[in-house]
Amino acid sequence: MFAPTIHLPRRKTRTLEGSPWVRWTLITVALGFLAVFLVVPLVAVFTFAFQKGWEAYLAAITEPEARSAIVLTLTAAAIAVPLNLVFGLAAAWLLARFRFRGRALLLTLIDLPFSVSPVIAGLIFVLLFGRQGWLGPFLSEHDLHVIFAVPGIVLATVFITLPFVVREVLPVMQTQGSDEEEAALTLGASGWRTFLRVTLPKVKWGVLYGVILCNARAMGEFGAVSVVSGHVRGVTTTLPLHAEILYNEYDFAGAFAVASLLTLLALVTLVLKKYVEWRSEAS
Amino acid sequence: MSIIVEQLTRRFSPGGSPAVSDVSFHAPAGAITSLLGPSGAGKSTLLRLICGLEIPDVGRVLIDGVDCTSLPVQQRNVGVVFQSYALFRHMTVRENIAFGLNVRKLPRAEVEARVDEMLRLVQLEALGERHPGQLSGGQRQRVAFARALAIRPRVLLLDEPFGALDTRVREELREWLHQLHTRTGLTTLLVTHDQQEALEISQHVVVMSDGRVAQAGSPEDIYDRPASPFVASFIGGASVLRGRVLEGRASLGSLALTVPAAAREGEAVHAFVRPHDIKLARSVSTEGVTPFTGRVQRFKPVGGFVKVLLRMPSGDEVTVQVPRSEFDALGVVEGDAVRADVLTASVFVGDYAI
Repeated sequence: MFAPTIHLPRRKTRTLEGSPWVRWTLITVALGFLAVFLVVPLVAVFTFAFQKGWEAYLAAITEPEARSAIVLTLTAAAIAVPLNLVFGLAAAWLLARFRFRGRALLLTLIDLPFSVSPVIAGLIFVLLFGRQGWLGPFLSEHDLHVIFAVPGIVLATVFITLPFVVREVLPVMQTQGSDEEEAALTLGASGWRTFLRVTLPKVKWGVLYGVILCNARAMGEFGAVSVVSGHVRGVTTTLPLHAEILYNEYDFAGAFAVASLLTLLALVTLVLKKYVEWRSEAS
Repeated sequence: MSIIVEQLTRRFSPGGSPAVSDVSFHAPAGAITSLLGPSGAGKSTLLRLICGLEIPDVGRVLIDGVDCTSLPVQQRNVGVVFQSYALFRHMTVRENIAFGLNVRKLPRAEVEARVDEMLRLVQLEALGERHPGQLSGGQRQRVAFARALAIRPRVLLLDEPFGALDTRVREELREWLHQLHTRTGLTTLLVTHDQQEALEISQHVVVMSDGRVAQAGSPEDIYDRPASPFVASFIGGASVLRGRVLEGRASLGSLALTVPAAAREGEAVHAFVRPHDIKLARSVSTEGVTPFTGRVQRFKPVGGFVKVLLRMPSGDEVTVQVPRSEFDALGVVEGDAVRADVLTASVFVGDYAI
């Protein structure tokens, strides 16, 4: 007479999980796909990087042009990430707290760097700051170099990574509402203090998550940076560009050594991302 | 420290109907004043206008006789407790209470002493190091009170402070608030949609409807002498009886009540009758129904009472509350005719439309 109570849950799990045959087919397909498209390339990168041994690897990533590429990549990220952090927080605050004319337009514009091809993004800056561009005459008059120089690379990187922080922080701010901020104001706190002591701690995991993604993209960006860089070796080549140059010169070990650095960056990013997700769920 | 509000109006969208419209009232010093009304009546907006989180389009707010309409919220020194608690979730209970004191740059020792004092006041001495997430709803709300009281506010503004709590905790906290008020003597403004709450703990009630003040007065005034059909129907779950003025009296079936002076002969009137202001008796008449006999549509025992829905010959439906023993003695079932004697009612001139 207890049969129905035992049967019911069992039947339910079976309908949810499907038959073992379906389950194993799906698992095999998913794992096979991952192996072909993620694991094999990952292994290949490190295999090629080390095919001439440790010393060749170290030499490839410490020669002057590689070092300058590393420095330039770090510089671009060090400028782009803080800028987009500040912009992202301000924009998220604005979009979460206020209803105004043009709000929907602003939301769409913030996504522009995601929707536009990176090459087009690079071309926009060439058209603006290039010799034939709108600001070209003004820049050459004052002996300022943007395109085919470091400022252009920084500009392109800032543009490409602009949406990351806003996109991560905005939903967090929207779900948390502004009750705590209002309470802080009634307790006498200034707007700035309220932001630092109440808003920022509330959204910190969202901010960190956005910064991590922003940084990963800033260091890994190829398309837009490639257009504005001009590939001046040792001057305007970032790590991804440097890897491409070496590859085109048939220096496979060198190209993959540089690529392995970017891969490591990706792995570190993944671990950090997972950690932040875990912490934000815990709090 | 009284609160005086003069002709406040706040409109959220130009051309739209105002959330608060030409509201004036006076919350006496040292008393609990309730802002009572259905949701959407503009109570919370009014509270936000008083504490400075909203700026009025027109009108003035005076606290302790001083105009503070243009004073920023930070400088008004008012204690506000929100329905959502609005505790700082990343801070401990102590840090929450200390927030307003640190803003005022009080010396550390004084902050600690004041926090201890507040924790004692709200009986949470043992929970100072907890985070809000580790507290029950009632405890969180008490922390919110402690945080608001720590800054020694001039007045206390409470926005549905017990709205998110279950009935039992709510009744406990209501009693607790009453005691707290007796001890602090702070002028308190309580926004609530719960008439029980308003009638029970406040000395002064302002009933609001559609952004306006419907009636202001003592709880007894509001309950016994409702100034408008809205107040009469909103307070006390009254039913409506419709009739006409006949020979200078409101004739509602066999019942005749005194009418307001302005009523003319033959004019439509309606009366509000509270569920416990009707006495039921077994119908004596068997040949047809007498005008003030109702038919039992439905009845339902609720605790010590039985709620009876009567249908009057006029078509009006009336809810009656009868003590259980009385109802059992009556021995009626659904469909039976019973005689209904109205003890008191509030009569208004004009037809009634819901």
